[in-house]
Amino acid sequence: MSLEEKVKDIIVDKLGVDPEKVKPEAHFIDDLGADSLDTVELVMAFEDEFDVEIPDEDAQQITTVGSAIEYLSKKIKSE
Amino acid sequence: MSKLANKVAVITGSTRGIGAAIAREMAREGARVVISGRNQTRLQDMQKELEGLGAEVLAVPADVSKMDDAKNLIEKTLEKFERIDILVNNAGITRDNLLMRMSEQEWDEVINTNLKGTFNCIKAATRQLMRQRYGRIINITSVVGLQGNAGQVNYAASKAGIIGLTKSVARELASRHVTCNAVAPGFIETDMTAALDEKIVEELKKQIPLSRLGQPEDVAKMVVFLASDDASYITGQVFNVDGGMVM
Repeated sequence: MSLEEKVKDIIVDKLGVDPEKVKPEAHFIDDLGADSLDTVELVMAFEDEFDVEIPDEDAQQITTVGSAIEYLSKKIKSE
Repeated sequence: MSKLANKVAVITGSTRGIGAAIAREMAREGARVVISGRNQTRLQDMQKELEGLGAEVLAVPADVSKMDDAKNLIEKTLEKFERIDILVNNAGITRDNLLMRMSEQEWDEVINTNLKGTFNCIKAATRQLMRQRYGRIINITSVVGLQGNAGQVNYAASKAGIIGLTKSVARELASRHVTCNAVAPGFIETDMTAALDEKIVEELKKQIPLSRLGQPEDVAKMVVFLASDDASYITGQVFNVDGGMVM
């Protein structure tokens, strides 16, 4: 499974949303109905899945599906 | 039936006083108990005592005013028991003095242990509690945090702060089935209150409708109730255990 697919799977699972809605531009809170705690949990789930540590200041930049994919691909390459 | 069978309970400041009573009571109710404190000898003695009650016990030295110690306490707990059901933030100190004479250090020490220590432990444990979709956080405050007390501006501020913290945490984590409540003891017979002058104690008793000082067990029983499954619909509350002193 590609990184993109894994990220989307986690989002579908954590937010309980229709996979169709998980497009790159989809905003977790505005488009996918997440609350602020959900976004914290999403980041925790990314950390577990990809075995990385995401500092709080970075976590705040991850607000859309696309930004999560972009951040995680860079993060994994740099490690 | 044991009220806390197999629950994992972390209790800070649990080598004496109210914290020790909470650890004993939880051990008797079937909990697996993680005790912590700054004094290694007292910690070992307490561990033996609780094991004597048939409990599974982990002892972790910690100064909760330090975030690293709080993190380590939670990590060690998860290494051994793989979950945390109950977190009791009990560790507390006093450095009494009149405001006019109180040093910055006396202020900082009390705020750092009582208030920041509570924040540190909750922050360290929250990730696990959210993941579990279950948790009981119980913070020990004081009637002094509600009423104020001459000579204790630092202690009263730290305890009032814990009440605001409790209510905010209750709101933040409620959707994850994590409850957070506070227990406010009045005058309880412990080392902390043994330091008080006998005349002051006599005066205090007059203000207590049940006209006696409380025992650590009186507080422990309330904490056990809040930690049990019977209290699943209670969050963000402050419960006084004070013989009716504050109404």
